[in-house]
Order: sequence, then C-alpha cells, then structure tokens
Amino acid sequence: MTRKVVITGLGATTPIGGDVPTMWQNALKGVSGAHTLEDEWVAKYELPVHFAARCSTPALDVLSRVEAKRMDPSTQFGVIAAREAWADSGITEIDHDRLAVAFATGIGGVWTLLDAWDTLKEKGPRRVLPMTVPMLMPNGVAAAVSLDLGARAGAHTPVSACASGTEALHLGLDLIRSGKADVVMCGGAEAAIHPMPLAAFSSMQALSRRNDDPERASRPYDLDRDGFVMGEGAGALVLEAEEHALARGARIYGELAGTSVTADAYHITAPDPQGLGATRALKAAMFDGRIQAEDVVHVNAHATSTPVGDKPEYTALKAALGNHVENVAVSATKSQMGHLLGASGAVEAVLTVLAVHERKAPVTINLENQDPEIPLDVVTSARTLPAGDIVALSNSFGFGGHNAVVAIRSV
Amino acid sequence: MASNEEILAGLAEIVNEETGLAPEAVELDKSFTEDLDIDSISMMTIVVNAEEKFGVRIPDEEVKNLKTVGDAVDFISNAQA
Repeated sequence: MTRKVVITGLGATTPIGGDVPTMWQNALKGVSGAHTLEDEWVAKYELPVHFAARCSTPALDVLSRVEAKRMDPSTQFGVIAAREAWADSGITEIDHDRLAVAFATGIGGVWTLLDAWDTLKEKGPRRVLPMTVPMLMPNGVAAAVSLDLGARAGAHTPVSACASGTEALHLGLDLIRSGKADVVMCGGAEAAIHPMPLAAFSSMQALSRRNDDPERASRPYDLDRDGFVMGEGAGALVLEAEEHALARGARIYGELAGTSVTADAYHITAPDPQGLGATRALKAAMFDGRIQAEDVVHVNAHATSTPVGDKPEYTALKAALGNHVENVAVSATKSQMGHLLGASGAVEAVLTVLAVHERKAPVTINLENQDPEIPLDVVTSARTLPAGDIVALSNSFGFGGHNAVVAIRSV
Repeated sequence: MASNEEILAGLAEIVNEETGLAPEAVELDKSFTEDLDIDSISMMTIVVNAEEKFGVRIPDEEVKNLKTVGDAVDFISNAQA
C-alpha cells in the first residue's frame, strides 16, 4: 500500500506578494509584478532588456541584517518561504530525524559568485569573504532550510533549470512514500536578476524586449508574445505522510497525488516540437496518481510566453488529456509574476494547491489575441472550479529537456 | 595612528556589523569564541575588515593567537606602531 502524501503548509515570496495570502489575492485579481529596473548597471552594460519582476517584499524587510549577510539572495528567499510554510503547517513537535528538505534552485548563488569575482579582481584574494563558498553553492538554500528547521533526514537540491522546483516535489513525494521521511519541506528559490544572467538570457533571445511596457511583456499564449520576463523569489510546501498529518489533526490543503520527471533527449534548450517528453511526463504523473483525464479540471501551465515554448505544451496537454483538454481551465501565472526559473515550479505548485483547496483558478493577464494554434480555455478572470473530487496539474519544463509534472487532488 | 580606545571602538563596530552583537558587549577581556560566540568564519571576516579599517596586516597564522578582544587591540596597536 503506497503511503498517501498530503500538503499541510504553504509559503512564498514573489513579485506579486511577499507571503501566500498576498500572492493569492493578487493572483486572483490579475496584477503584474514586472517593472523597469532602476539599477545603474542596466545602462552601464547597455543591457537589451530593462525590466524584470522583483520580489515585492525585499528580503531585508523580513530577515535580520546579520542573518541575511550569510545567505545569497536566493537562500534568503528560500528561508523566508520555508519559514512561512512551516508556521502555516502548525507543526510544533516532530522527530527531526524524520524531517527532510528538498529545496531546489535553477542557478544557485549567482550574486555571491559574481560579487566575489568582482572583489577578487578589484581588491585581491584577501578580501574574498570566507562565507563565499557556502553562499554560492547550489545546495546552499537546502542546507540553510535544513539548519533552520533542524531537518536531519537529508537535505536535497534537485537542479533541472526551470523544472527544479517541481522536481523537488517529485523527490519529496518519493522520500515519504519510500519511508525515508515523514515530513519534507519542499520548495524552490531563485535570485538571478543580475546583469550577467539578464545578458545571457537575452543573448539566447529568451527574454521579452518590451522595454516600454514591462507590465504587459509577459503574455503567454498571446500572438504578440516575445519572450519571458525574469522573476525571482521562492515557494515552499510542507509535504506530510497522511497518517502523520491526521495524527496531529492538521489542516490538509490537498493530496500530492502523483508526480513525474522525464527528459526530452532532443535538444539542449529547444523543447521537442511534438511535446513528446512533456506528454510522457503528464501521462506518468496521472498514472502515478491513478488519475483519469476526466478528473482534471485545472492546469497551471509552464507557459513562459516564449514564441517557441507555449505551443508544444498545448500539444502535450492535448495528447495526455485528449478532447477533455477543452474542459480544463488553464492558468498561465507567469503572465503576472514573470519566470522564477528554479523557483517557478514551487510557487506554481503553491498556486495549484490553493486553486484546488479554494476552488478558484488564478488569472492569466495580457492575453489579448490568443494564438489560434493554442486553443486552450485560458482563465482570464478568476474562475470557480467545480465541487466534488477534483485534480489539478502543474507543469514545469527546463533547459536541458527536463519535464516535471505534479498532480494535486482535493481532499 | 589610532589609540587603543579607538581601536576597541572600531573593532566593536566591525563585530556588530558581522554578528549583530551590541558594540558595548565587545570588551577587552572578552574571548571571541567563548564569550562572543564568534565562529572561525566570522572571525576571518572580522580580521579582514579590521585590516582594511586600521591599515594593518594580520597574518593567518597570527589569528589563532587573538583569543580575546584585548589581544586583537594589542596586535593592531603594535602593527600600527
């Protein structure tokens, strides 16, 4: 008998809200977190993209200065989200040897790494801080969360670019099902709004260049979409073995019914145009969760707003759900908060859990002329989801051909 | 050339910046590890910041001898002389 895994705590810090209640209200309203960057480095390096979606609440408004000093910005966001999720779970007593962490990032401590390189060049090796290595390592966020919670059943860092956050949930589910842990703090964190990643993503033509209108730049499924908008932040979810949650009378948001990870093995960055890897991931997550196409009422799509990315996801959804795809309410929440890279899967999972729990699908903004090749039922004003037993899916795909899907079932 | 009082005040500022400890807690007879709970990584950061502030060099092999705040004040004072 497979152990059932439920979600009992949620946390987030994002461009449309520094905590879950604020983010959720904004997600239902439909706001944009994208703004023009006022930093001097935009002009200094003549960046082709002048905007991004920064976290609405700066980390230093939440963490103490001394605490923040030892953390890369990505870890700061991760710790903030994890603390919120932990408090939300209401767990007060736990066997710390049975508590694990699966906290992902796409890039890791890129600010720390590049700041240290600048320091080395400008001031010499003596001035490179002794905390540089633990701050730049990609497992820094999982390690910091593990330290913060006293989680001793392992601290893991799945890294699969923009699928990382979703892969963390896949790993977390496995850890509980296989009996290695009873509770797992899962999540993803990213802080890469730095001139180098902006230049690099621009150079591969991945970012929108709608510099004169940042709030309307992220427009998944729209004919005029021209790339994604860089976001930052973190999402966190407390996964718990159902019997553990029931024993303490926990509030249960939903069941993490199934997850999957597949690889395209097609191209290092381009998605398989037939969406075959994504299709296999959708089917595998549904099989894992014993889910029929008709059970699915909502999808939080990966939908980054790139010309080449949005369509294969539709192809995959059609292949996995058949004609039932027409009945599914699809939300592309990157339209509001941009693309949080390795954190996006975790934040979107939080939104998907809330959609199932609250029976409301969040809004997709900026959809003015829907691409006729993507005839999905896109949620453009907050919509009520049906009563009864329902399932929602959240997709994430990453450079490298990574596909990850999670399925949330109502309880 | 800073006086010993000025060095102490400067060190207290650096320790506060790194650890959040109140500057008045940084007294001459206090041990960095035992009393102020400063770990080796913070200690190295404090040393490097002190080097910059007081224009001295504190060799790595010397750092382990700086057990108390007073040891550090004396070392910096002598190094400046």
